[in-house]
Amino acid sequence: MPKLTIDGREVDVEAGLTILQACQKIGIEIPHFCYHERLSIAGNCRMCLVEMERAPKPVASCAMPVADGMVIRTNTPKVQQMRRGVMEFLLINHPLDCPICDQGGECDLQDQAIGYGYDRSRYAENKRAVKDKYMGPLIKTIMTRCIHCTRCIRFITEVAGIPELGATGRGEDMEVGTYVEKALTSELSGNIIDLCPVGALTSAPYAFTARSWELRPTESVDVLDAVGCNIRVDARGPEVMRVLPRVHEDVNEEWISDKTRFAYDGLKRRRLDRPWVRRDGKLLPATWTDAFAVVAQRVKDAGGKRVAAIAGDLADCESMLALKELMTGLRSPNLDCRQDGAKLDPTLRASYLFNTTIAGIEQAGACLLIGTDPRREAPVLNARLRKRFCVGKFPIGVVGPAGDLTYDVQHLGEDPAVIQEIAAGSHPFAEVLKQAKKPMLIVGQGALTRPDGAAILGMARRIAETCGMIDDEAGWNGFNVLHTAAARVGGLDLGFVPRKNGLDIEGILEGAAAGDIDVVYLLGADEIDMRRLGNAFVVYQGHHGDAGAARADVILPGAAYTEKNGTYVNTEGRVQNGRLAVYPPGEAREDWKILRALSDVLGKPLPYDTLGELRARLIKANPVFARVDVVQPAAWGEFGGDGQVDRAPFVPPIDNFYLTDPISRASLTMARCSEIFITGELGKTGTDA
Amino acid sequence: MKQAFARQPESFEFTPDNMETVKTIVAKYPKGCAASAVLPVLDLAQRQNDGWLPRAAMDRTAEILGMPPIRVYEVASFYSMFNLAPIGKYHVQVCTNLPCWLRGSEQVVGICERTLGISVGETTQDGLFTLSEAECLGACVNAPMMQINDDYFEDLDEASTESILLALKMGQKPRPGPQGGRKGSEPAGGLTTLKAIAGKGDGPEAS
Repeated sequence: MPKLTIDGREVDVEAGLTILQACQKIGIEIPHFCYHERLSIAGNCRMCLVEMERAPKPVASCAMPVADGMVIRTNTPKVQQMRRGVMEFLLINHPLDCPICDQGGECDLQDQAIGYGYDRSRYAENKRAVKDKYMGPLIKTIMTRCIHCTRCIRFITEVAGIPELGATGRGEDMEVGTYVEKALTSELSGNIIDLCPVGALTSAPYAFTARSWELRPTESVDVLDAVGCNIRVDARGPEVMRVLPRVHEDVNEEWISDKTRFAYDGLKRRRLDRPWVRRDGKLLPATWTDAFAVVAQRVKDAGGKRVAAIAGDLADCESMLALKELMTGLRSPNLDCRQDGAKLDPTLRASYLFNTTIAGIEQAGACLLIGTDPRREAPVLNARLRKRFCVGKFPIGVVGPAGDLTYDVQHLGEDPAVIQEIAAGSHPFAEVLKQAKKPMLIVGQGALTRPDGAAILGMARRIAETCGMIDDEAGWNGFNVLHTAAARVGGLDLGFVPRKNGLDIEGILEGAAAGDIDVVYLLGADEIDMRRLGNAFVVYQGHHGDAGAARADVILPGAAYTEKNGTYVNTEGRVQNGRLAVYPPGEAREDWKILRALSDVLGKPLPYDTLGELRARLIKANPVFARVDVVQPAAWGEFGGDGQVDRAPFVPPIDNFYLTDPISRASLTMARCSEIFITGELGKTGTDA
Repeated sequence: MKQAFARQPESFEFTPDNMETVKTIVAKYPKGCAASAVLPVLDLAQRQNDGWLPRAAMDRTAEILGMPPIRVYEVASFYSMFNLAPIGKYHVQVCTNLPCWLRGSEQVVGICERTLGISVGETTQDGLFTLSEAECLGACVNAPMMQINDDYFEDLDEASTESILLALKMGQKPRPGPQGGRKGSEPAGGLTTLKAIAGKGDGPEAS
């Protein structure tokens, strides 16, 4: 380990670190713009200059690796002067429009100018002006503010893997942009807004709506996919103003997808803010008491066996547990959380988890994707696959539709028979998996929601077992299910599936159509075919006027994920807590409280009155809920079916990344993205292979 | 920044001969390093396309070399040797950096403008000449100088510059290199050292 002296302190650091990183380790802050720990080193802003003994010139600390015996000084008058000089150069062409700049208040340049800027300019000439660039509906550009740190270019090229940004021209004429008029097609493009150290790239939907110091941050988790990205919800008064990522090394690092970041305007539109009851074919506003009375009457008339409940993709674990226990109280065995019909079974936890964990992808040696398109289903997880791919020696095979996943793959075909061959060991890719150290596979919902899903799951288990993916000694489990719904793992953990002799989703829908099911309780379930509900009496508890609400006979307004303290379990099986950032609109209430109140009216009161009591109950229902933010390795075992697989090609579960749930479908921003990227010209050439 | 030309052709394809050349160029680099060939391939495309690079040519280059198009745009917009808009048959680039300026490059630019009837950055009506100022072209020892297409014209003064341009106008081929009569960059007033072969007089005595 190199030993060096920084500001008179002797420090030992690992070899390969840069001076800047070494300084950060011992708590010395070096100002910088272009350096970013998750991107390659550019060394072009020059802000991080430090003095090094026996070097004729100052060195850029972000680009200089540590070496034994180095003597570094970061706090001498000379260093201060160098920083002031660099800052003065940066400010020569930077406009003084901080009062109207959205970055104002959270701008690296502004902050560092306070430390190193002069209070007046010595520059009397005209400032450089740059034409703004078009980068799509999400990113607003004010390119005159750009200081050419190239972080955005490096992010799009390295992390997102969609090289569309570059620096054209040279010297003073250098400009960052796409050169050709073109929207950025990456699902992670919004992250360049966070990376931009100045106000050159800002959020277009957020433009001029709030100042950073007016916002009230709440640390929460995202529910728009099953990754469970850690987010910060910034609210002002009763309104969510924006969503930003929070660092979580094991989940999302510091990235979030564009849907997570920009779908928040959907939280303000099409909201259900009061109960509604259908009378004579028309939904009419009602009071909670009325609505509950109507529900109670119908449930009483129907009797337990003729009542069914379906939990949707965004439901929190608390409300699912409350609904499950309410159904138990009503003696109804018909409940299901797999509204997409996935052939997953809650008995063995390892059978429905992303066992490798997201961070574990980085240790994998080969990967097989079965019926999944991670770029669309979980963009942040896909970035992790790309990160592993970029390290090298990571063969990836794809069975199913192969679009551009941002890394090279071997397309093994769309025919599910291929996995049969791999399981039997007769396919050459089976050898690739066997040869690799720590191989992994990912089964997507595109494979599991098929009628032969159980057989595919069983086949995937056999591949995992025969190709060395299950290694208890090394603690390696390479079998992974990639979910698309934030509620799914939680629902399975709670056993929100048919009880003995109960009907599953298919049975409920058939029963409703045939008239065997009288009451269907939808807990935010919008992705089922509502026409199949027949003449059943439908109670919809949820937050958006989407498909479910349109079909409902009684609407009970619930809370969206930013409006309740809810527990979610991500695809890895990581229990995380979302937190209330704003209160639900109008008369809407937190979902578990609605169910608790309804249980009283139904005469089957649930045994908890506070969130604390309910959470204790959660832990009782399944001990995994006791440990928040921990992935507990799940035991391996037998699961999946034995049957033959159908030869029909895999169909991706998500055909439109931007519109997947009631929130994003209500979002204008997402609608615009869908128009541009999916149905527009870019969609035709870019996303379809 | 060099502005992209508004009226872009729809497509670009290398001629069969040039395509062969492209293959030869790419073959010079190790496997998987085709991107290294971007400069010569772009140059070839520019020569084929009357001295400028349309976007289609850059896209085609990117396709052939397996690079993202933006990486090719970056290269093409960086180097002053690549033109992103149509250009005259003769691209007159006068060096106006310090050594040439000290030796009278202003006069050279002036006579170019008067002879051609255009200002710096413009192209003549007949499409024959484009005049531009260039940064140091590395021939300071023969300053002032200008580059016309692939040839350097050095040791210029107003008269020689004018005669070069007039010759080109008339379709002749003026002699490139120093215009004052010296060979290459040998001293302007004749040799000052190494005048004789060792031991044969004239030079300083060997002691």
